[in-house]
Amino acid sequence: MNISIVLIFFTIALVLWLGLRAQRGKDMNLEQWTVGGRGFGTAIVFLLMAGEIYTTFVFLGGSGYAYGHGGPAYYMLGYGSLCFILSYWLLPPIWRYAQQRKLVSQPDFFAAKYDSPALGILVAVVGAVALIPYLVLQLRGLGIIVSVASYSVISSTQGTVIGALVITAYVMVSGIHGSAWTSVLKDILVMGVAIFLGLYLPFHYYGGIGHMFEAIEQAKPGFLALPAKGESAVWMVSTILLSTLGFYMWPHMFMASFSAKGERGLRKNAFVLPIYQLMLLFIFFVGFAAVLQVPGLKGADIDLALFKISMATFDPWVVGLIGAAGVLTAIVPGSMILMAAATLVANNIYGPLRARSSQVRIISVARLMAPAVMGVALWFTLQGGQTIVALLLMAYSLVTQLFPVLLASLLRVNPVTKVAAFASILVGEATVAVLSLNKLSVATLFPFLPDALKDLNVGMVALTLNVLTLIVVSALTRAPRHAGPRLQQQQG
Amino acid sequence: MSWFRSLALLPVASVLLGPFVGNRVAPLVLGMPFLLAWMSLTLVLTSVVMAIVYRLDPANAGPEHAVGEGE
Repeated sequence: MNISIVLIFFTIALVLWLGLRAQRGKDMNLEQWTVGGRGFGTAIVFLLMAGEIYTTFVFLGGSGYAYGHGGPAYYMLGYGSLCFILSYWLLPPIWRYAQQRKLVSQPDFFAAKYDSPALGILVAVVGAVALIPYLVLQLRGLGIIVSVASYSVISSTQGTVIGALVITAYVMVSGIHGSAWTSVLKDILVMGVAIFLGLYLPFHYYGGIGHMFEAIEQAKPGFLALPAKGESAVWMVSTILLSTLGFYMWPHMFMASFSAKGERGLRKNAFVLPIYQLMLLFIFFVGFAAVLQVPGLKGADIDLALFKISMATFDPWVVGLIGAAGVLTAIVPGSMILMAAATLVANNIYGPLRARSSQVRIISVARLMAPAVMGVALWFTLQGGQTIVALLLMAYSLVTQLFPVLLASLLRVNPVTKVAAFASILVGEATVAVLSLNKLSVATLFPFLPDALKDLNVGMVALTLNVLTLIVVSALTRAPRHAGPRLQQQQG
Repeated sequence: MSWFRSLALLPVASVLLGPFVGNRVAPLVLGMPFLLAWMSLTLVLTSVVMAIVYRLDPANAGPEHAVGEGE
């Protein structure tokens, strides 16, 4: 037993205690459990959304990507800008529609807009499947943190299992209320740790941020910009676009926007969250500081960069504090993700299939689904393999396929038919599945394309086929009478 | 579409053009590689622009709609 592992377990205990407390005195119906009774003010919604930004993905994935890939890591700053600009116009109409109809989930929204329970089920399946890799990456992060910060007293597998148990217990007890409160704790701790490390390490090892970058440029020329091939400018821009479109397609992000009290809070986020996103810079500084100090991490091990350099620099108690922050970045978003997945399965897959199930029944099914979903994620995590960023990029390709259908549904007159919505999502997802299972890239698919286009993010192929399907099938299946009446209904 | 809303195109253009025209390490700006500084300053620009849009948008003036009313 060392001091750092004591700190980490203390944090875990604290998180569980906060979760238990948050739930007290609240009558947990489905709306309460999932969208906090739609009563969250600007500050809490902000924290829920911001909390989504500061996940293990940033903490370990962001620093690791800067360490292992250099310049291409900057793409994370780009989609941070674009997705919040988009949110200013995208979220208020979604929120308005959802609260008028007391919707609690993303599939409810699609089902209501297209008047098709079947579409709701399809969206629920897509969401649940895409959430699994997202959950896997949080678990992978937890495993790394617990094992590294315990100085290998606890193995990475044991760390993953402990983390999975904690997240599951937390979700079963507290729902979204727990997430909001621990988000506060998490963000304070993470921000403190990120700024401290991001400034201390460059000054300690290089005498300043500028000096650090000069040293890296000298040792590895061009590493700090984009390469001409591979993760080039074309790759970066296409990846930014895909991530932007996917950002609010996440079932839990969609749900977080439902929990707002009013639409203004959602609009405010558009100028507050980009600044919050700047914390990524400090995380990048940590990763870059590690480039010359702890060289040699390869493949999936680049995710270890932040901890390796911390251990080389600090006493165990500091490593413990960093570990505690890291544990929170995995548990808090992990619990949101798990809750979203469990609600999807219970409310949007089980619910419609068993027509007479009551609200109470659905809540209890959702509670039972939490450990089941976690079990699946745990199994995938223990298979090992990809880096955190690679996992997230794949998951993003899956959710992004929902965007065209959603966008069309927000138009005054929706040109898309039910059948077309169905077909386009299926085509998009099938393409993503085929591409990622066979590890295909644009270059291997279309060798005749000019070099510049070969670096397009492969998710673009799926999105293009998706949109084409949407247009063609809508044109084929549109009955003149179907275009209008449903939309008029909702105006009134 | 009022004029102030098109301000939002500025950061969008900056994000999309940055990787092409700003893809270089030197000169360091604020101690950072050129492209990193570009993308970071774009985030700041995003925040400023969206704050202006928020202030000028009539949807955010006057009392807020109560839950249940809609527009």
